[in-house]
Amino acid sequence: MKKRLNTIIGPRVPPDLQKQDSLRFLLPTLLLSLSVVCLLVSISQPYWRLKLHAPQYPGGLSVQVYLTHTTGDVKEIDGLNHYIGMKSLSEAAKLERSISVAAVLVLAVLLLGATYVHTRWAVLLVIPCLIFPFGFLGDLYYWLRAFGLNLNPEAPLNHAVKPFVPTILGEGFVGQFKTVASVDSGFYLVCMGCVLAIAGLWFHRLAYKPLQDQALS
Amino acid sequence: MAYETSDNSKTWAVVAAIVVVVFAAIGWLIFRPSGEGGAQGPGGATLTRMPGDANSIIKNRQMSPEDVLAALTTYMPSGKHDDYMMFASGGHGGQVLVIGVPSMRLLKVIGVFTPEPWQGWGFSEETRAVINGKAGDGTDLLWGDTHHPALSETNGEYDGQFLFINDKASARVAVIDLRDFETKQIVKNPLAINDHGGAFVTPDTEWVIEGGQYAHPIGGKYASLADYKKSYRGLVTCWKFDRKKGSIDPSKSFAIELPPYWQDLSDAGKLVSDGWIFLNSFNTEMATGGGEKKGGVWFEAGTTQRDMDYLHVINLKKAIATAAAGKTTTINGFRMIPLQTAASESILYFAPEPKSPHGVDVTPGGEYMVVSGKLDPHVTIFSFQKMMDAIKNKSFSGKDPYGVPIFDFKKVVEKQVELGLGPLHTQFDDKGYAYTSLFLDSAVARWSLGGPYEKLHSDKPWTLVKKIPVQYNVGHLAAAEGDTAKPAGHFLVALNKWSVDRFANVGPLLPQNLQLVDISNPGDKMQVLYDMPIGIGEPHYSQIIKADKIKAWDVYPEIGWSPVTQSKSPKATTVGQERIVRNGNTVEVFMTAIRSHLNPEHVEVKKGDKVIWHVTNVERARDATHGFALFNHNLSLEPGETETISFTATKEGVYPYYCTEFCSALHLEMTGYLLVKP
Repeated sequence: MKKRLNTIIGPRVPPDLQKQDSLRFLLPTLLLSLSVVCLLVSISQPYWRLKLHAPQYPGGLSVQVYLTHTTGDVKEIDGLNHYIGMKSLSEAAKLERSISVAAVLVLAVLLLGATYVHTRWAVLLVIPCLIFPFGFLGDLYYWLRAFGLNLNPEAPLNHAVKPFVPTILGEGFVGQFKTVASVDSGFYLVCMGCVLAIAGLWFHRLAYKPLQDQALS
Repeated sequence: MAYETSDNSKTWAVVAAIVVVVFAAIGWLIFRPSGEGGAQGPGGATLTRMPGDANSIIKNRQMSPEDVLAALTTYMPSGKHDDYMMFASGGHGGQVLVIGVPSMRLLKVIGVFTPEPWQGWGFSEETRAVINGKAGDGTDLLWGDTHHPALSETNGEYDGQFLFINDKASARVAVIDLRDFETKQIVKNPLAINDHGGAFVTPDTEWVIEGGQYAHPIGGKYASLADYKKSYRGLVTCWKFDRKKGSIDPSKSFAIELPPYWQDLSDAGKLVSDGWIFLNSFNTEMATGGGEKKGGVWFEAGTTQRDMDYLHVINLKKAIATAAAGKTTTINGFRMIPLQTAASESILYFAPEPKSPHGVDVTPGGEYMVVSGKLDPHVTIFSFQKMMDAIKNKSFSGKDPYGVPIFDFKKVVEKQVELGLGPLHTQFDDKGYAYTSLFLDSAVARWSLGGPYEKLHSDKPWTLVKKIPVQYNVGHLAAAEGDTAKPAGHFLVALNKWSVDRFANVGPLLPQNLQLVDISNPGDKMQVLYDMPIGIGEPHYSQIIKADKIKAWDVYPEIGWSPVTQSKSPKATTVGQERIVRNGNTVEVFMTAIRSHLNPEHVEVKKGDKVIWHVTNVERARDATHGFALFNHNLSLEPGETETISFTATKEGVYPYYCTEFCSALHLEMTGYLLVKP
């Protein structure tokens, strides 16, 4: 059992080699740790934003979607949405919002775990982080679609606005509103975290593969 | 793959560089500009040539170069804002007008002493409690005669926080909060029947001054006119303003009893004369009128017999200390420093002034008091320093019949400048000029100040520089921040009483004419730029403040806000909390308003029920105001506002209620039924 565990976490670095070649072993750990920083900071940042432009709102209306909540003119947008029979934004992605922080923490722990595992298995620990941004966009699309296609047929403007799928990125049009949707700081941070994680893996392999080869030979 | 051993010092440099780059990237992602700044205007493009049509318009409309200049100065392109905001009294309309300068566009009429249905002012329980007063005869008072608006000041400069205004007819002072441009408080003077010389504020707005007008027995008592000298009195009232609470505290306020001369306009000293106030007077003859009687003399003759009346010079600091020391009498629950005490405690002095003057205006630095002659063609300029010297040296020419010391005119006057007929009021600019309205001449006079102001202009000091005609019968005038410690210059507005032929005829009652005058160039260059008709009242005085000093709210700070208390209403209702509560014969409705429904839409009561109805506008969008109309009530509910109406359901029937402010495409559907069951 212990042997098996060792084949997964791989060989440890001999202290003298570590001292001699500090950058080689520090680099993957550093990059993966910075990736974790990006992930954690992203919790405090909006992932996606939607801006609505209409003649009677000179400054436009906007909503920012965080992992845990939404900010901006949510009340006003909800108020407008009731005319077309769209549900309140607060009813969307309740489950996702409740577990999102825990999920990011798990991703962070996995990334840190990858710095400890010196074999190819490290890749497995990084992959969830790489999937995360796509997961976010996929889930967002699911909810936009679910809201846009399930309009209350008894709403005041049921004839003027038919069910539709809101645009997830770029421009769209609903009634007199032009909508502009884009990903935001939090999403960019996660993407940067992914790039750092991939770079970290690359140097991880450069650092530990010779050790592993040596151990096998 | 062989590794070369690395240099440890380089290791840390590389690590530090990576960390710095990554954190810089994180920082940039978080704090980067949003990339969607305000709407991009067409700004930047300069007019390289006049469009061909412009010349033909000028030609067809027969405009002079001055007309074109005036048009270009006052025209406000769509969506652009004015540099200044003018607050003008609405005269016996009882309201305050807010006007943009230089465009002269009417921005708002603020309901003050008179109910105003569009604003729901005086229709809700809350605002009715503010507006409801009793007239002298004890009947409900639903109008006022607003004369002199006073913006709150800090260090003698407008701060844009509050506005005060007096009601001459019933001796009241109102407090308006400029965060929401609504009246918050109206105080009735318990001693006075009428007022005039107010409101004026001290340089830090600790005191709001209300000078009296027609002498009368203090506190609303009866006395025969035969006892005028003994039983009739003048008055000046110092209201203590609590800036934090945004209201006047009558318990800390006091009045000073004055001889039965008719006190007129007043002003507070500032900078060197801080702590003093100045009131003009007329009828030091103590005439009692009765021209219709045999041997009687009309007031207009009786009050103008003497060559001199008295400028009242009052040591406010000493008066405050005297009141604090308890040397007051209390009438109708209000403290008053008796005339004897005012004289013996060196609070009150008189400076002789040419007969029946009107305005007294203190120069920006507080050095001089400019008295406008009205019946005398001069402005008389008193030196504050000379008055202080006279007090110090006990140099007086005598005492009036009530024991008040009188200065020697020649020893306290600085200069007299002859301007023309009927000088009424004076304002100041940033270039060392004073401007005086000439009622009989229908003109505005620019004249040069001396003393410390001499270096600001190149004219001979204390000289008439230019008179320009205005149309017609100018009363007050207001220069931009022209009665503060730091006048702005730029513009002046003449508040003309008559418009006669200036506008298309709208019947025998004609609008007033507010004329904008360009005073930005020195010397004899001044130009009338614009005529603004005022068809909703007769403005007396106005004040012009730099618009960027006004920090008004976009929407009320919280849902359920009561503007009268400037705090959350205990009757605020949020979405989901709407309800109808019956308690015996009393039905209380807790309603919300949002585009596009009133909730509840059905309210059922029984005939004879007492109905208390609270409406909260739960909107947060700017300008999403709703109205609420039912029976004799109309409310204006700005975003976040809560108001209450109450009535007894006396007549059975079905009564639709509805939103009176066109709020949305489904505004007509924003309605409901009150069902009064037999």
